[in-house]
Amino acid sequence: MTLVNKFIYKFPVWLKKNLFNTPTNSIISIFAFALVWKLSVFILNYMVIGAVWSGSAKTCRELGGFCYPFLFEKARFIIFGFYPSEELWRPSLAMVQLFATLFYIKEPSRFGLKTFIYLTVSFLIFFWLIGGGLGLSAVTNDKWGGLPLTVMLAFIGILFSYPFGILLALARRSDLKILKTLSVCYIELIRGVPLISVLFMSSVMFPLFLPDGVNFDKLLRAQIAIIMFVSAYMAEVIRGGLASIEKGQYEAAQSLGLSYSQTMIYIIIPQAIRIVIPPTVNTAIGMFKDTSLVLIIALFDLLNTTKTAMRDANWLGFSLEGYVFVGLIYYIFCSLMSKYSKRLETEFLVKER
Amino acid sequence: MSSQKDLMIEMKSLNKWYDQFHVLKDINLSVKHGEKIVICGPSGSGKSTMIRCINRLEEFQKGELTVNSIPLNNDLKNIEAIRKDVGMVFQHFNLFPHLSILENLTLAPIRVKHIPKKEAIQMAMEYLEMVKIADQANKYPGQISGGQKQRVAIARSLCMKPKVLLFDEPTSALDPEMVKEVLDVMVDLAKEGMTMLCVTHEMGFAREVADRVVFMDQGTILEENTPHEFFSNPKHERAKEFLSQVIH
Repeated sequence: MTLVNKFIYKFPVWLKKNLFNTPTNSIISIFAFALVWKLSVFILNYMVIGAVWSGSAKTCRELGGFCYPFLFEKARFIIFGFYPSEELWRPSLAMVQLFATLFYIKEPSRFGLKTFIYLTVSFLIFFWLIGGGLGLSAVTNDKWGGLPLTVMLAFIGILFSYPFGILLALARRSDLKILKTLSVCYIELIRGVPLISVLFMSSVMFPLFLPDGVNFDKLLRAQIAIIMFVSAYMAEVIRGGLASIEKGQYEAAQSLGLSYSQTMIYIIIPQAIRIVIPPTVNTAIGMFKDTSLVLIIALFDLLNTTKTAMRDANWLGFSLEGYVFVGLIYYIFCSLMSKYSKRLETEFLVKER
Repeated sequence: MSSQKDLMIEMKSLNKWYDQFHVLKDINLSVKHGEKIVICGPSGSGKSTMIRCINRLEEFQKGELTVNSIPLNNDLKNIEAIRKDVGMVFQHFNLFPHLSILENLTLAPIRVKHIPKKEAIQMAMEYLEMVKIADQANKYPGQISGGQKQRVAIARSLCMKPKVLLFDEPTSALDPEMVKEVLDVMVDLAKEGMTMLCVTHEMGFAREVADRVVFMDQGTILEENTPHEFFSNPKHERAKEFLSQVIH
């Protein structure tokens, strides 16, 4: 039998067995098919066949349909914001090398000195490429924007909040009353407040408390606010992992003569972190999307550049196109993150179970 | 009489409470260098608690305990020193699941004793050889059987070159066909002159290697005798009852 023949004979059998095996399932299958069909036809018509592929805002308005010229015109601004147009290779390269590093590190959950060095170097290169200096022309950070800004706020937020989260979680489980109280207060305070107000505090209220003449960067303040915010959530995730480690592990470590910090560093924390990979990535994905809130303190992250592009007087009325585009970018990043976590999980599963 | 120096472990009227519950009542026990002691008794009699006091996994409230002439008290230096001399093997193995067998063995020598990595690996392989499991060195604990895990656990404590080994029901969590491979290793150790305290119900093992059998019930030591005397002529009513249930 040829492959085609095989398919023709087997496919109906498969359909009968999996989709039409009971009357209820048959009805559900038919409805599902209808829905998928309708949606595909609509999307195909709107975004491919009936779409406008070239021309100006005027042609888009006359013809209707999905307006690609808007995206062609605005994609650069949405992705890079106000970054000087002749230097765009710099933020692009900065992001590519950062992701390459992240994928190169095979076991980020094992705290190796190597992992730490790789990431530090990668972030330094990231800032050097975007900010300039050492042979590159300087670009002040009020011009940074779009995807690189979102990536920076989210990734640095997530990576830095990790060690703080671990420390907070350890403090919360500590026998020392003062440490425990401080940690609980911090976590509950931060978790009880929306991110938007933490950002607002950092950008509007905080400078009021500083003495005259002392001022530090708005972007840095926003980044610190994000790190502080995520740390509280990471702490609770990691605490869950710590709580799930059996007492026997502590006892074995103690009986071998390991000190408290050695027990934590080599035995308990590595195991706890592995257990909480799924909720950690959950927090990270949430965080990635939450960075869009920095638009209220007038930073031009990915969502804010999109909104700004939509407000262009020449291109009013194409918000659907803008949201679809930016939605796709967010989707790609979030699904990559969950893929990454899946990979880590299976890696440990294969080896250790 | 043996002099103070020959004593590896000495307990003087040791008392421990869990809140209101009196777990250990006036325990007196001396263990000489190289002696093998088997501790048995019904469950809940305090035998595990007693040996766990020796390396401070449990705290006692009253009495004295010295290990190799070091008094066990709240002084962290002393606790540290005692833990260096005392190895422990647990009922549930407590291997570190995220580390390979070899890493399980070398972690403490490298981190606690600061032995160079190369030497530590060499030593670990020797001990793995001894417990006949060297071919599994690069596997993870999740990939080997219970009997193999327990042998790894024994090798792991040996890597710290302890002067005493404590066994807390080392064969109780094993499938019957794996008990022997672990006991064989323990017998070998005994023959090499290791000082051992074993909480176990393996009476065959007690007969073969023990210098003394200690019978505990309800937090007190009821009987202390040579295995021969203990098995053939138990003095205490509770010991007779216990033996009739353990030995079929």
